[in-house]
Amino acid sequence: MRRALGIGAWVLAVAAGLGLFLLLPHLVSDFHSRDLARAGVFFIAIVGLNLLTGYTGQISLGHGALMAVGGYTTAALVVHEHWRDVWTIPLAGIAAGIVGFIIGLPALRLSGLYLALATFGFAISMPSLLKKFSGLTGGTQGLRFFESAPFQVTGLTGKVTIFGHAMTQAHFLYYLTWSIGIVGFALAWLIVRGRLGRVFRSVRDSEIAAVSSGVNLAATKTLAFALSGVYAGVAGSLLAIQDTIVNPLSFTFLLSILVLVGAVVGGLGSLPGLVLGAFFVQYLPSISTHVSSRPGVPDFVYGAAIILVMILLPTGAGGLLRRLARPLATWLYTRP
Amino acid sequence: MILAFDWTQLAQQTVIGLSNGGLWALLALALVLIYRSTGVVNFAQGEMAMFSTFVAWSLIHHGLSYWEAFFLTLVISFAGGVALERVAIRPVERAPVLTVVIVTLGLFFLVDGAARWFWSSETRTLPNAFSTRPINVAGVAFSIQDLGNIAVSLGVVALLFVLFQFTKLGLALRAAAVNPEESRLLGIRVSWMLALGWGLAAAMGAVSGMLTAPALASFDQNLMQPVLLYAFAGAVLGGIASPLGAVVGTLLLGVFVNLIGTYVNWIGTDLRLPVALAVILGVLLVRPAGLFGRASVRRV
Repeated sequence: MRRALGIGAWVLAVAAGLGLFLLLPHLVSDFHSRDLARAGVFFIAIVGLNLLTGYTGQISLGHGALMAVGGYTTAALVVHEHWRDVWTIPLAGIAAGIVGFIIGLPALRLSGLYLALATFGFAISMPSLLKKFSGLTGGTQGLRFFESAPFQVTGLTGKVTIFGHAMTQAHFLYYLTWSIGIVGFALAWLIVRGRLGRVFRSVRDSEIAAVSSGVNLAATKTLAFALSGVYAGVAGSLLAIQDTIVNPLSFTFLLSILVLVGAVVGGLGSLPGLVLGAFFVQYLPSISTHVSSRPGVPDFVYGAAIILVMILLPTGAGGLLRRLARPLATWLYTRP
Repeated sequence: MILAFDWTQLAQQTVIGLSNGGLWALLALALVLIYRSTGVVNFAQGEMAMFSTFVAWSLIHHGLSYWEAFFLTLVISFAGGVALERVAIRPVERAPVLTVVIVTLGLFFLVDGAARWFWSSETRTLPNAFSTRPINVAGVAFSIQDLGNIAVSLGVVALLFVLFQFTKLGLALRAAAVNPEESRLLGIRVSWMLALGWGLAAAMGAVSGMLTAPALASFDQNLMQPVLLYAFAGAVLGGIASPLGAVVGTLLLGVFVNLIGTYVNWIGTDLRLPVALAVILGVLLVRPAGLFGRASVRRV
């Protein structure tokens, strides 16, 4: 009886979440739909980073650079090869996945802060590298594919028709980003609750114990980096599609920091809180600017908010949700 | 290029590299100090040093001489470091490591924002601590400023060494970092030791900032961001838990970066840091715990 109630509660929660997802852009203006779409980009990147840092225990300060790989793959294919932008998303994911695999290689020797430095170096170097190879990347100017709008599904020219159903561009970007986000989230959920998730967690909790239980450490770590890279690449690609421009300034070290902040605020090693983490990094800057627009004050408020959230929720929003849901779960899953 | 090789230039560039590296070493030592006691890299260390430098600028602006302002700023920075630890770090003392890391990132934004708020974003200058007049050593002209920077850096390192190795307070600080539980049993106030560590780190960062600023034509709130990158990289190269490693690592990095920027045209200023980081990565792959680090052994 209670088991059925439990399943019912889950179905209800998922249905409510999906309903909110479908209705949300109709409740707010186009401008806010774009903000929501951008929060979706953070969400995808954060889900990817959480697989790596939360479940496998490998710190990455370089996810902004992996997003750059995805974003530039999309931009280069659209500008140089005249692809339709949305069809480049899978390729952007694969490209960033390969790069993620490669930056995961040092992780076989390095751990903790030493690994953080390796990924950090990657993130710091990305803007200079993008400027150096200007033939492909457009250098400091970056690549604009606003001009190639006729080739786009999402030209800035008003409506987008999809399956015979016309919608505004902001709505289209919102649905595109969050649909991919939800699918990515579901896949991540399947991964972490399955065998691979157990392997990931065993590596996080004790490498030596994992190896003695027959876990292939090298394969696991690089696979986690590659998977995480795919998420980051897709997120970067969607960011490029939303902005219709990429340049070295879109993918600075700050982006890597924001993704990490979002993952920790959302709650490492748990999935449900990550939506909140994404909204946190997306909306906090504009909220801080509302407090006062004197130079410096927004940054001050932003930093203070991050510190306050971490003091109040040391295990992130995910930890809070777990604590709140515990009485319900205990009630549902214990025999009377 | 090889034919016109100039030993004088090599010596000069090496000293400039050591001078830069010395300033990075102070910030790297600050990072190591906090890492040893808290287990995290303080991402706000550079911004704290920048803030101290602005404090020094204000003091000098109000009529103090450079060295008066220098020592007064050290005291203020020490107090500020202790205060930041009490307010922001203490509440998360027992939280997961990454939570503390995110708090230091929050401090980065907070301190940076405060500096932009209190002082406008116009560029400003700090008077020179040492004369920029060249001095002749064995037929090679070096700037007194570079030699002075090296001397001050080494002096601070020596003072720190004396503090940690030969005083009771230093012993308590080390004990608190190595074994907090047993130190507590022995009556050491571990939590306050962490705060003192933050104060010392802030003061060292202040020295670094106040010596970095005069060497530049002008500075603004971005003053210490590159310094933090080099300090972090140098500290990791040396082995993040080793003070000696941090000094050697940053000095090596300073010389390497300066020489490679001077002699390899292709690299220029843009790619200096990426190349340096790539080399460090290569070193770390051979010695995963840094040059002076010990591989951590953990019981399963």
